[in-house]
Amino acid sequence: MQFDQILQYTLSGLSTGAIYALIGIGFSIIYNATGIINFAQGEFVMLGGLFTLSCLEFLKLPLWAAIPCAIAASTLVGMLFERLAIRPLRQPTPINLVIITIGGSILIRGLAMLVWGKDTHAVPSFSGDTPIAIGGATILPQHLWIFAITLIIIAVNKVYFYHTISGKAMRACSYNRRAAGLVGIDVRRMVMFSFIISSAMGAVAGIIIAPLTMTAYDVGVMLGLKGFCAAIIGGMSSGLSTVIGGLLLGVLESLGAGLISSGYKDAIAFIILLLILFFRPQGLFGKADSERV
Amino acid sequence: MKKMSLLFSSICLSLVCATVSFASGSIRIGALFAVTGPASFLGEPEKKTLELLVKETNEKGGINGQKLEAVIYDTGGDATKAVQLATKLIKDDKVSIILGPSTTGESMAVIPVVEKWKIPMISCAAGIKITDPVKHWVFKTPANDHIAAEKILNYMASKKQKSIALLTVTDGFGASGREQIKALAKKKGFVIVADEVYGPKDTDMTAQLTKIRGIKPDAIICWGTNPGPAVITKNVKQLGLKTPLYMSHGVASKKYIELASADSAEGIMLPAGKLAIYDALPKSDAQYKLLKGYDQTYKKTYGTEASTFGGYAYDAFLLATSAIKKSGSTPEKIRAGIEQTKKLVSISGVFTMTPKDHNGLDLTAFEMVKIVKGDWSLIK
Repeated sequence: MQFDQILQYTLSGLSTGAIYALIGIGFSIIYNATGIINFAQGEFVMLGGLFTLSCLEFLKLPLWAAIPCAIAASTLVGMLFERLAIRPLRQPTPINLVIITIGGSILIRGLAMLVWGKDTHAVPSFSGDTPIAIGGATILPQHLWIFAITLIIIAVNKVYFYHTISGKAMRACSYNRRAAGLVGIDVRRMVMFSFIISSAMGAVAGIIIAPLTMTAYDVGVMLGLKGFCAAIIGGMSSGLSTVIGGLLLGVLESLGAGLISSGYKDAIAFIILLLILFFRPQGLFGKADSERV
Repeated sequence: MKKMSLLFSSICLSLVCATVSFASGSIRIGALFAVTGPASFLGEPEKKTLELLVKETNEKGGINGQKLEAVIYDTGGDATKAVQLATKLIKDDKVSIILGPSTTGESMAVIPVVEKWKIPMISCAAGIKITDPVKHWVFKTPANDHIAAEKILNYMASKKQKSIALLTVTDGFGASGREQIKALAKKKGFVIVADEVYGPKDTDMTAQLTKIRGIKPDAIICWGTNPGPAVITKNVKQLGLKTPLYMSHGVASKKYIELASADSAEGIMLPAGKLAIYDALPKSDAQYKLLKGYDQTYKKTYGTEASTFGGYAYDAFLLATSAIKKSGSTPEKIRAGIEQTKKLVSISGVFTMTPKDHNGLDLTAFEMVKIVKGDWSLIK
C-alpha cells in the first residue's frame, strides 16, 4: 500500500466527513433545544441544493446571489415546518415529535419530487474544476470551499452559543426548559430559532456539496442518516465533538472502501453507529453527564 | 305471438350485427405499463408512445381495414396488480395481445398467466430471464445487457486492452451487468483485476478509483445509471486518471453529459442505443428515418424528447401490428407472425425473431460512441 493512496483516501474521507459534520450539528442543535431528533434534517440539505438550482435557472441569478436566496428559502421551509407541525402539538412527547419529523420529511421529499421532478440536476462549482495536487493526492477547489465553510460555521456557532444573549438563552433551554421559562426566556421562540439555524445549516451543506455530488429530490435520506451517525458519535454536542465524529466517519468509510472492500462502505458507518449506541451512548468523547451545547 | 317473434328476430339480428361489427370493427390491444410509481420513468413514455401510435394508425385507416383499440392499464410497478390486470385484459377486455409490462419483476409474474390463456405478450423490460429460456407466448423488445457488454469487450479486444477494472452499482442493473461482463470476459480471455462496487446514492467514489489507480488496469468499465456514473466521471477527472473509461448503455442520454459536464466526460466511451444518438448516425442507416420521425413526432405532441423506454413500446407495437398485417388477428396467428419477424426496422434495432430467440436483437442494436466536446461521435 502506497503512501499517496492512503493520503487520497484520507483527503476524500475528510471532505465527505466535513459534510456529515455540518448535517450532524444541525441534528444536535435541534436536539439540544427541544429534545427531539429532527429526521427531516436531511431534507433541508436537499432543499438547499434544489433551491440554488431554481435561483440559477429560473430567476437567472448569479451564483453569489442564488446561494443566499436558497438558504433563505430553505430556512423559511424550516420555520413553516416548526410553526405548522411541531408547535401546534398538544402532547409534545418525544415519540410523537420524532414521528412528526419523519412524516414531515416524507412530505417535503414528495413535494420536492413534484416541483423539481425525479431527475438528478447538476449545479456549477464555485470556482472551477481544476484539480489541486497535494503530495500525490488530488482534491478539487470545491473541497476547499467545503472545508472553509465548515470551519466558518463552527466558529460562528461557537460565538453565537457562548457570546450572545439568544445563544446563551438557547443553552439555558437545553439545561432545563422549565427553569429557563421561569427566568423569562421564551422557550417556544428558542425552539423556533433552533429550527431556523439548523435548516439554514442543512441548506448550506446541501449547497456546497451539490457541485460535487449533483442533487435530486431524494439525496436527503442517506446524507441525513450519515449526519445522524456523526451526531451520535459526537454525543449530540453542537460543538467540536460532532465535527470530529463526522470527519472520523468520513475517513473510516473512505479507508474501508479502499483497503477492505467498497461493498461494505455503508455497513462501516452503521456498525460504528450501533457500537457507539451499545457501548458509549453518551458519545465517543462525552462524559456520562456532560454539557450538551 | 307475432310481437314475440318480431322481438326475437330483432334480438337475433342485433346479436348478429354485434358479432359482425366485432369481427370487422376493431382489434383490441392490451397494454400494462407502470405509468405511476417508482418505475414511472419507464411506463409514462411507453403509454404516451402507444397512444400516439394507435391514433396515427387509426387515422391512416387501421390495419387491413380494422381499427385498433388500445386498452391500457396502469400497474403502478406492482407485480401483483400486473397479474390481476393481465387476467382482466384477457377475460373481460378479450384482447388479442398484451404489450408490456414495463419491469422485469412484473413481466416474470405475468408470464404464467399469458402462457395459460395462450395470449401473446411483448414485454418492454430488459431482464434476460424473460426470454431465456424461451417461452412459447412471450417476447421482449429491449436488447439484453450482455449485448452491450459484448460490444464494449469487442472494442477493447480491438484496442488490445486485456485487464479490466469493474466498478458497478449495487442495484439490479449493476449486479446483472457485473455478472454478464465477468462471464463474457472469461470466455473472451480478459482478466478482471478489480471488482469494486458503489451504492446508488453514493456521493464520492474516489476511494474505489484510487484503489483501481494503484492496480493499473488497461481499462475501467462502469455499469450504472445516473447519477453514479456522472459522479465517477468527475472523480476520474479529479484524480487525473488516464485509464480509458467505458460506461454502460444505461447513461446513453444527453442528461449524463450535462451532469458530468462536457469537460469531464470528454473521451468517455459507451455502447448506445440508436435513438439517443440518431443525430450522429449516417443518413444511410436503416433506422435513421424512423428514429428521426419518432423523436420529432413525440416532441411535437408531448413537448419532451423521446426516450429509449418509449422506444420499447414502439418496438412492441410495430412487432404486433406487422404480425397482424401479415398473418391475422387471432392470438395464435399474431404469435406465429411475431415469431416469423424478419429484419423489422424499429427503434431499439432491427428485429429478427426465431423460435429460439424471442428478443431478436443482435450486436447491431448498439453503436460504440465516444463523447467529444459534449456530443456523441461514432467510433469506427
